[in-house]
Amino acid sequence: MASNNDAACVLPADQVRRAIKRIAHEILENVAGGGREPFVLMGLARGGVWIAEALRDELGNIDGTARVECGSLDVSMYRDDLALRPTLPASVSHVPCSLDGVEVVLTDDVLYTGRTVRAALDALIEYGRPRAVRLAVLVDRGHRELPIRPDFVGKNLPTNALDQVSATPEGVFVSTGSRA
Amino acid sequence: MKHLISLDDLDAAGIAGLLSTADHMVEVLGRPQPKVPALRTKTVCSLFFEDSTRTRLSFETAAKRLSAETLTFTASSSSVNKGESLRDTVDTLAAMGVDVFVVRHKTAGLPLSITRWCDARVVNAGDGAHQHPTQGLLDAFTLSRALGRGNDLSGIRVAMVGDIRHSRVARSTVRALHVLGASVTLVAPASLLPAAFVGAPTVPAGWPVEVSHNLDDLIGDIDVLYLLRMQRERMDNAFISSPGEYSAHFGLTKARLARMKKGSVLMHPGPMNHGIEVAVDLDTLADHGVTNLITRQVTNGIAVRMSVLFTLFGAGSEAIDGQ
Repeated sequence: MASNNDAACVLPADQVRRAIKRIAHEILENVAGGGREPFVLMGLARGGVWIAEALRDELGNIDGTARVECGSLDVSMYRDDLALRPTLPASVSHVPCSLDGVEVVLTDDVLYTGRTVRAALDALIEYGRPRAVRLAVLVDRGHRELPIRPDFVGKNLPTNALDQVSATPEGVFVSTGSRA
Repeated sequence: MKHLISLDDLDAAGIAGLLSTADHMVEVLGRPQPKVPALRTKTVCSLFFEDSTRTRLSFETAAKRLSAETLTFTASSSSVNKGESLRDTVDTLAAMGVDVFVVRHKTAGLPLSITRWCDARVVNAGDGAHQHPTQGLLDAFTLSRALGRGNDLSGIRVAMVGDIRHSRVARSTVRALHVLGASVTLVAPASLLPAAFVGAPTVPAGWPVEVSHNLDDLIGDIDVLYLLRMQRERMDNAFISSPGEYSAHFGLTKARLARMKKGSVLMHPGPMNHGIEVAVDLDTLADHGVTNLITRQVTNGIAVRMSVLFTLFGAGSEAIDGQ
């Protein structure tokens, strides 16, 4: 993850909040029953967990009767690049309810190659058969390696492959790094 | 972490990391389908030159839960009986594409030798009286989770009782418990302490423990009673005068059980010699407020071994590598 010191801020904190709020509205418009039917936000550990929680809070502000649950998913045991990069489990997966028949919105901070999302889809079906799975990300930085696209995006951000992007509640930062 | 030979090779962060990863494996094992695809391209071969029930099956179950292929080598039904050397056996199996050897042998240091003979990763499943690292990890995991303590056992008092001399479990478990902050007292007759203790004025280097010869001095104060198995198959000398006398001095008797603190726990690495280490009905422990963790040790063994196998491949990271 990029350190915030030598990194350029491309989305300040207030715009991060606004993006989360907009995604929350879009989710409510798009999920089945407009929030009258239960649905689940699943944050991908670790970077997507705060986004799922922020979206849940925002959804509560918009519509206090929306039937939304919030959980987290660790995908490290489903990755296809285990030997290629250091992979350690982040936090133990927390699935708040059965996923059978409910709509699930996966959330992550930065969408890049798509491999994390691929692993997340495999991990998710261990807990049931959702009626649909959507994807919400704060930043889409491009460079996809798999046929995966997000349903809800906070910001599309063109990047170079070697850039480091970090998306936090304090803002989105890019550092033009070279890999060691 | 490329191999797991001894817990002495891991620092505190490395041990804590393996225990935290085991928390994930507990979650996996609690699912309707307790299996993840993490090691689906790997082959794990258990290479056991000594008898074992729980360790071998526990490792093989762990490998299967991670979707690895498993191979089982048992010396008694192999070409070892035709005179094949150990080195040739390892070379042959390595040539079949084994990624991990899980090794148990009566000779201390053999798992380390295998790391030099081939490219496969090696996990020590018990070598002589040297180390049994996954037992140490599963003991630390079971105890800390049962007490709700995370990776911190500071202030916990443990009495480890019995045949320390022949015990690789003692060496690994003492290390793991010590690293998490527990204080361990070894309780044994002098004949069952390692040779380095005999006649030494202080506790030998490398043993972060106190020593006692009298279990009754401690039994009322400890949080954990860890009983070791009397390893009768290794006792070529007269280490104890009789099983009955051993039991009277060092076994868990009714009188000692009655003195144990409420909320304390009993642990044993198995297999147990009923009537020697434990001379009470285990079902009566609860009546005295003592929790029996022995079954949980076995259950957690799978999660901890999954954590070790996963970490061999998952973490190319220095964070978990004390070496």
